[in-house]
Amino acid sequence: METYALLLAATLNAGTVLAIAGLGLLVNERAGVVNLGAEGMMLVAAIAGFATAVHTGSDWLAFGAGAVAGAVMAAAFGLLVIWLNTNQYATGLALSLFGNGFSAFVGIGYVQEHLATRPHFAVPLLGDLPFVGPALFRQHPMVYLAVVLAVALTWFLYRSRAGLVLRAVGESPESAQALGYPVRRIRLLAVVCGGALCGVAGAYLSVIYTPLWVEDMVSGKGWIALALTTFATWRPMRVLLGAYLFGGVTMLQFHLQAEGVALSSQLLTMLPYLATIGVLVLISRNPAWIRANMPASLGKPFFPGG
Amino acid sequence: MLRLEARPAPSQAASMLSPLLALAVTVAIGIALFALLGKDPARGLAMFFVEPFRGAYAVSELCVKATPLMLIGLGLAVCYRANVWNIGAEGQFVLGAIAATWVALGATPDTGRWIVVPILLAGALGGMAWAAVVAFLRDRASASEILVSLMLVYVAVQLLNWLVYGAWKDPAGYNFPQTITFLDPTKIPRLFTGLRVNIGFVIALVSVGAFWLYLFRAFGGFRMQVGGLAAAAARYAGFSSRRALWTALLVSGGMSGLAGALEVAGPVGQLTPYVPAGYGFAAIIVAFVGRLHPVGILFSSLLMSLFYLGGEYAQSRLGLPKSITGVFQGVLLFSLLASDTLIHYRVRWQPAHPKHAAPAKDA
Amino acid sequence: MTTSTRRNVLRGTALGSIALAAALAGCSKKEEAAPAAPSTSAAAAPASAASGPLKVAFVYIGPVGDHGWSFAHDNGRKALEKELGAQVQTTAVEKVPESADAERVFRDLAAQGNTLIFGTSFGYMEPMVKAAADNKGVHFEHATGYKTADNLRTYDSRTYEGAYMAGVVAGGMTKSNVIGVVGSVPIPEVIRNIDSYTLGAQSVNPKVKVRVVWVNEWFNPPKETEGAQSLIDGGADVLLQNTDSSAVLQTAEKNGKYAFGWDSDMSAIGPKAHLASAAINWAPYYVKAAKEAIDGTWKTGKSWWGVKEGAIDLVSISDKVPADLKARVDQVKAGLKDGSFSIWKGPIKDNTGKEVLKDGQVADDAFLGGIKFFVAGVDAPVPGAK
Repeated sequence: METYALLLAATLNAGTVLAIAGLGLLVNERAGVVNLGAEGMMLVAAIAGFATAVHTGSDWLAFGAGAVAGAVMAAAFGLLVIWLNTNQYATGLALSLFGNGFSAFVGIGYVQEHLATRPHFAVPLLGDLPFVGPALFRQHPMVYLAVVLAVALTWFLYRSRAGLVLRAVGESPESAQALGYPVRRIRLLAVVCGGALCGVAGAYLSVIYTPLWVEDMVSGKGWIALALTTFATWRPMRVLLGAYLFGGVTMLQFHLQAEGVALSSQLLTMLPYLATIGVLVLISRNPAWIRANMPASLGKPFFPGG
Repeated sequence: MLRLEARPAPSQAASMLSPLLALAVTVAIGIALFALLGKDPARGLAMFFVEPFRGAYAVSELCVKATPLMLIGLGLAVCYRANVWNIGAEGQFVLGAIAATWVALGATPDTGRWIVVPILLAGALGGMAWAAVVAFLRDRASASEILVSLMLVYVAVQLLNWLVYGAWKDPAGYNFPQTITFLDPTKIPRLFTGLRVNIGFVIALVSVGAFWLYLFRAFGGFRMQVGGLAAAAARYAGFSSRRALWTALLVSGGMSGLAGALEVAGPVGQLTPYVPAGYGFAAIIVAFVGRLHPVGILFSSLLMSLFYLGGEYAQSRLGLPKSITGVFQGVLLFSLLASDTLIHYRVRWQPAHPKHAAPAKDA
Repeated sequence: MTTSTRRNVLRGTALGSIALAAALAGCSKKEEAAPAAPSTSAAAAPASAASGPLKVAFVYIGPVGDHGWSFAHDNGRKALEKELGAQVQTTAVEKVPESADAERVFRDLAAQGNTLIFGTSFGYMEPMVKAAADNKGVHFEHATGYKTADNLRTYDSRTYEGAYMAGVVAGGMTKSNVIGVVGSVPIPEVIRNIDSYTLGAQSVNPKVKVRVVWVNEWFNPPKETEGAQSLIDGGADVLLQNTDSSAVLQTAEKNGKYAFGWDSDMSAIGPKAHLASAAINWAPYYVKAAKEAIDGTWKTGKSWWGVKEGAIDLVSISDKVPADLKARVDQVKAGLKDGSFSIWKGPIKDNTGKEVLKDGQVADDAFLGGIKFFVAGVDAPVPGAK
């Protein structure tokens, strides 16, 4: 029984990085902008966060630094894509490439560094409950923040005026502009906020999840997060679901390996990816449904003034 | 303040100058970087722009490195022009290598040289099959091709591992994960003795021409691009966007698979877990830098190879870290994308007062 | 149309640049032949070593900053520089993938005048064989490989001795009698290490069981973390890793369990969790190889150095380890140094019950090189086993 509680706990932890990054990318994409530079942003944020933690000893400052790093990179991306109307996919890839090299370069001096012992967290009282205690309530605050963020984004997108405007910009920037909204500025704001969230995810990775810095340490989580926004059909709670699904199957396959299950380890390693495809296919069975959720202007450049 | 003003027609001069401008910006940043690292900027730049051309071997290596980038890039250009976002070229490359290996493993020392043809064909078919999964899921289940193709990359890599660690492991290989070294008849014919450049490069060059014909002269190509870019208009004209989807994915899968076959039966000569070398992702950049145009891709693949090789030379001759290659490539791409704006826009200086209209002038 | 004009210009530029490149190639071809010649004759005549420092090159698979495999090799390089000073001039190229690129790097380093080149990963084998065939005057050394030639030899470290000693510590320190290994890729070396870890643990604690998870990569810190976590959740309280980052140690630290450093001394990284580090020291070998190249006594062969030669050691053993356990480790070290102790001595059974070493039989290097099984006590299937 305890094993399942621990598996659940590990799933929540493993899914948090993906969830936060995925939610950031969702904000981007709701405004109609695809940012393929998630991996690069997370890497730069990871080194920024780690370096800050090394020099100041404060985790929360590190998260802040990560957010700023992500936001700055996203802003550069946003200016190119929104004002100069460069191809979104190519610019995002350039950002990824640049972020990879830049973070490796800047991080050369930090590889030998390490952080003070990571603190333990547990929600008082709830953390001691049988089963649910270890399963759900002994996580780092960021894990809970991810859930809160998803709920908040759902409310924001579907219940608030600002969220409606954001969605309108993503659906039809021309109409939004005709109504008098500063489309480009809104898009930039969305891109920067999305970048900041990716940055927080990156910093969480290097400061809490795997507290160290080596180049390329994000190891593909940025790409998975990108895939997850599509999987989630652009709805925040589904991003959470996808993140936990992926994280959960990853932990499950390790668990199966540790138990000595006689399945090839390579086949088991494939599981999270196959599971994601499988669930996506099930969700996507209704094509009208997908199209209704995808922001219509996703990936297309916007030219104000027609 | 600076304003961007749309040009009435794309500027040809800018089209030519933009890559040069981008290169200039990259070089400038490079000089600053080298100076910052305490290295002679001239030597640093020479690593990237002169060393890769010194000697026949270096030029041959440039071609060897550019071949898979060109082949995959061409396939991706077709795909992206049809608005199908295939991010999984790497996985299709791996499947092509696996399929080619399957044929190559069946060779004996007496097999004729003709076996190279089925090897390459198998590679193309392997890549196509993997891309077909993506096409099928998008066609039947409306599953995003971005997600499916990307996930399938990881699956392909694990499949490769499973084969080389298991069924296809060289029994005389001390239990290391690799197949036997392919026998001589299976080796892709080289162009010059002593140099690694092989007919793959010729195939790539021919493909540039073939793709140009397809995209800009063949009705099929036109139909596919319209089918992808404007589904409603396409339907009205009787073009099938479904057909466009399948064509795009099969073509890009086939090209990636072909590149995989060439790589595994060419310079490497066996199937190892290191076959996924990242060409599938680098080719995405190659496709965009080449503006999704076959001739552009010819140049951009050579340019990207230049940067990779330059990075190696910078390391071995100047002691610079490998990460600067990534920085350079990123900066080049950014600058190129930014300066490409000048093709469609003109930069104007205007006072803040909005009433002032700039006189329209043609380039 | 504008497109055709543009195309024509592009075509012209293309032809022009190809012509230019060909011209450059033609001019510099002779230049390239020249540097290759001196290096061939220099190595053949030992007396000409006086003509300049020995140029030594190192090719790494990963970044030197990985705190693991490549880091250990680079430390060896730095020690070589310190020891031989002006007699050597070293170069290093990092993150060279084990693909078609590797051959180019080796050939280029040879063309640059390096006469002693170390390739530090198994996957460089074929590229080195090809480069060695065309550069007879250059000495090539391949780590962890098995193919040799007149100017190509192999070298390796008996990491399994380090794994055994770590196992001794683990067997004594475990409270749950379950210890774990985060495996990288299922190559023989890693399987041998897991087995040796188990044998070491069983030598002090016959009841101990070993669990294994495979990350299927050498380097992926988040995945290593997840693998380690699943082992801990499954009851393992001492972890060993064969992966290249310190993620497993960090995870153990976070969970209040124990772990080891691997490839290098990682004691500073997880102060509470760290029990000891199985650190590889390539310096003695690199110095020997360089001296041989300088003196002209370099000969082909296969070297497999262990505790005896100073190539592997269990260092920074924590104070948490009780004195008697430390003494046992010292005993093993002494026995390995003077040859009186053998780790792989029968009776040893694999985990399907089959006897692989008879009572009293000592395994030779050929046996050790071909280990495809897990010993009894490892609760996991061997990946890819038939």
